[in-house]
Amino acid sequence: MATPSEVVLEVRDLVKHFPLTQGILYRRQIGAIKAVDGVSFDLHRGETLGIVGESGCGKSTLAKLLMALEKPTSGKVLVNGKDIAAAKGSELKHMRRNIQMVMQDPYTSLNPRMTVGDIVGEPFEIHQGVAPKGDRRKRVQELLEVVGLNPDHINRYPHQFSGGQRQRIGIARGLALQPEIIICDEPVSALDVSIQAQVMNLLDSLQKEFNLAYIFIAHDLSVVRHISDRVAVMYLGKMVEVGKDSDIYDRPSHPYTQALLSAVPVPDPEGREQRERIILKGDPPSPANPPSGCRFRTRCWKAQDICAEQEPLLEIRPKSGDHPSACHFAESEDVVHVN
Amino acid sequence: MTEVLPETKSGGTGGGALLEVENLQVEFHTRAGVAKAVNGVTYSVNAGETLAVLGESGSGKSVTAQTIMGILDIPPGKIVGGEIRFRGTDLLKLPEDERRKVRGEGIAMIFQDALSALNPVFPVGWQIAEMFRMHRGMSRADAKKKAVELMDRVRIPAAKDRVSDYPHQFSGGMRQRIMIAMSIALDPEVLIADEPTTALDVTVQAQIMELLAELQRESNMGLILITHDLGVVADVADKIAVMYGGRIVENASVHDLYRNPAHPYTKGLLESIPRVDLKGQELYAIKGMPPNLLDMPTGCAFNPRCPYRQEKCVTDVPPLHTISGTRGSACHFWREVLDGDAQ
Ligand SMILES: Nc1ncnc2c1ncn2[C@@H]1O[C@H](COP(=O)(O)OP(=O)(O)O)[C@@H](O)[C@H]1O
Ligand SMILES: Nc1ncnc2c1ncn2[C@@H]1O[C@H](COP(=O)(O)OP(=O)(O)O)[C@@H](O)[C@H]1O
Ligand code: SF4
Ligand code: SF4
Ligand SMILES: [Mg+2]
Ligand SMILES: [Mg+2]
Repeated sequence: MATPSEVVLEVRDLVKHFPLTQGILYRRQIGAIKAVDGVSFDLHRGETLGIVGESGCGKSTLAKLLMALEKPTSGKVLVNGKDIAAAKGSELKHMRRNIQMVMQDPYTSLNPRMTVGDIVGEPFEIHQGVAPKGDRRKRVQELLEVVGLNPDHINRYPHQFSGGQRQRIGIARGLALQPEIIICDEPVSALDVSIQAQVMNLLDSLQKEFNLAYIFIAHDLSVVRHISDRVAVMYLGKMVEVGKDSDIYDRPSHPYTQALLSAVPVPDPEGREQRERIILKGDPPSPANPPSGCRFRTRCWKAQDICAEQEPLLEIRPKSGDHPSACHFAESEDVVHVN
Repeated sequence: MTEVLPETKSGGTGGGALLEVENLQVEFHTRAGVAKAVNGVTYSVNAGETLAVLGESGSGKSVTAQTIMGILDIPPGKIVGGEIRFRGTDLLKLPEDERRKVRGEGIAMIFQDALSALNPVFPVGWQIAEMFRMHRGMSRADAKKKAVELMDRVRIPAAKDRVSDYPHQFSGGMRQRIMIAMSIALDPEVLIADEPTTALDVTVQAQIMELLAELQRESNMGLILITHDLGVVADVADKIAVMYGGRIVENASVHDLYRNPAHPYTKGLLESIPRVDLKGQELYAIKGMPPNLLDMPTGCAFNPRCPYRQEKCVTDVPPLHTISGTRGSACHFWREVLDGDAQ
C-alpha cells in the first residue's frame, strides 16, 4: 500500500435513487429504489478496497457511478481532486480514461463479432492520441503478453478462448489506457476454482507493476480478504463497516458483518461440529422501502428501540475496535475464522 | 492393496449401499464429435449419509445426476455402460413405468436454478399439490392442505397466505425452499441437490444448508450434494467423490480428503484456497485449463496440468485404485501424492 496521503478517488455522500414508476401512458413516480444511499470513502494510490454485501445492496450501482456510467442523484466523485460531474470535454475524457472496469461475466461482456485485437484496441479508437495508429497493433500485443495471453492470437474471436482467458482479455482492455484505478465487479465469480487463482494472481501482479488502485467487488469473502488492504461492508445502499482487512475479518463490530462472516463455510472439516453460526432470518428488505433508523434492524438480534428511531452513523465507536461501524451497539468480536 | 480396473467393482463403493452408481458412461453425439461427458463414474450413498460430488463446471456432475434421475435427454445423450442400483435393482434395466415410480418417491432432485425449474404460470402451492394428486391420487382440497404443510415445513413464512402466489413473487432463497418442498413431498429415500446454493448469497446459503440438514435428520434421507464449493463440502459432507473430465478421480471420507488428498487435482484445489497466513503471497494455482471433452489428453486427463506427471501418465489411463476400504484414487502415483513429493 502506498502512503495514505495519495488519494486518487474520493467519494462523498454518493446517492443513486432509481425512480419507481407506475402507469403506462402517464408514468408517475411512486417512489424510489435507494440503490446507493449516502456512501463516502477514499481510495489511495496502489491500494485495494474490497466491497462485500448481499446481492442487491448496491455494489454494481456504486461501480457504475464511479465509472460515470450512471448519473448520481446527489453527492460527489472526485478523481485526483477533480469533480467528475463538473468536468467537460477533454477533461472529462481524461478522467474517464483514468478509471477502467473489469466485469463479472467474461461471456457476455465481450463483443462476439470483434477480434481480440479490436476489443483490446478499442479504447485507443475512443481515446485517439493515446497510441498513434501505427503503434496500436504492437501495443495490443504487448497488453496481451502482460495478461499472459499469446500475442499471436490477436486475430482470434472471443469464443475461441476459455472463460479464464476471456477474463484476461477484459483485463487487457482495462489496462490499455494506463488507468490509475480499476474497478473489478465480481471479476472471478464466474470462473472455476482452479482458474480463479490464476486471475487473482494476475490482478495482484499487475497492481504491483503499475501501482494500480482497485475497487474489488466480490461475494466470496475469502477471495476479497486475500486481495484487499481495506474492506467495506454494504447493506441496503449504505456502508455499515469499513476497516483494514484484519479489522473486518478478525474484529468485526457490526452485527451484519458478523452474520455475513459467520455464514461463510470454512473449508476445513476439523471441528465443524463445534462451530457456531449466526443464521439471519429472511432476505434483506426492499431498497424501495428501507426500515427507519438502522436498516439492518429487521434482521438484527441486538436491535433496541433506538435502532428504529435514530440512524447509526458510520463512525469510530467506543467498542468498535478502532475502525468505523454504523451500529449503536457496535462491539468488536472475533466471531469466526474466515480465511 | 489391489489395483482394480474401472471396468470392475472399484475403489470407493461399499457393497449394498442404498444407491450405487458403478462405472457409468454417458456420451453426447454432436456435430463436433462424440463427447464422453461421463466416463466411468462410481459412487454410492447410504441412508442418512451425505455424499458431496465435487468438480469444476463441465466435469459431468449434472449429467450423472440426470442419468440417475432418468431425465437425461436421449438423444443427444446416450448411456453407453454401467449400472445405477437403487436398493440393489439396476434402474437402467427397469421399464419406464416402474422407473417413473422411483422418481420422486425413491429419488428426488433439486436444481441450481429454481426459477426455471418451477412453472411460471402456476401458483407454487398448486405445483406442490400436484405431486400428491398425481402420485397419491389425493383430492384437490387435501392436496392443497398438504402443500401448505410442506411450505410450513420448509419454513416459508405465512405459508397459508402465500400458497397461491406465483414463483416470480418469491425471492431466490424462498424459491429454493419451494423446490425443496416439492422434492421431499413424496418422502424420497435419496435427494440429489445439484448446486442448490450456487446462485444464492452466503447468508441465504447458510439457511438452505441448515434446512437440508434438518430434513435429512428427520427423514434419514441419503443426500447427494453436487457443488464446486470446498467450504460447503467441508461443512456437511460425510464423504466426497471428486470428478474431473467425466471421471471420478478420488473417493474419500471428508476428513481423509482434506487432511491428505490422494489425487494431484484434489490436492491442487485445496492448495488454491486463499488462506490468511498466505495473504500478500501468490496463490497456488493449478496451471492450464480444464480438458476439452472433444479433444481429451491421452492417458490421464489431468496430465497436462499435473505436477506429478511421468511418462506413464501420457500413455496409460489410470484406473481408480483402491487405497483402503472406501478410499480410491485414479492416479498412477497416488502413493507419492499421499507422501507429498511432487516431481
Ligand atoms: N437501472 C436500474 N433501474 C432500477 N433499479 C435498479 C437499476 N439498477 C439496479 N437497480 C436496483 O438497485 C438495487 C441495487 O442493485 P445493484 O447495484 O445491482 O446491487 P448488487 O450489485 O449489490 O447486487 C437493486 O434493488 C436493483 O434492483
Ligand atoms: N444436452 C447436451 N448436449 C451436448 N452436450 C452436453 C449436454 N449436456 C451436457 N453436455 C456436456 O457434458 C459435459 C458435462 O456436463 P455437466 O454434467 O453439465 O457438467 P457439470 O454439471 O459438472 O458442470 C459438458 O461438457 C457439457 O457440455
Ligand atoms: S444499530 Fe441496532 S439494529 Fe442496527 S445493527 Fe446495531 S444493534 Fe442492530
Ligand atoms: S496419473 Fe499421472 S498425470 Fe494423472 S494425476 Fe496421477 S500423476 Fe498426475
Ligand atoms: Mg452486482
Ligand atoms: Mg452442473
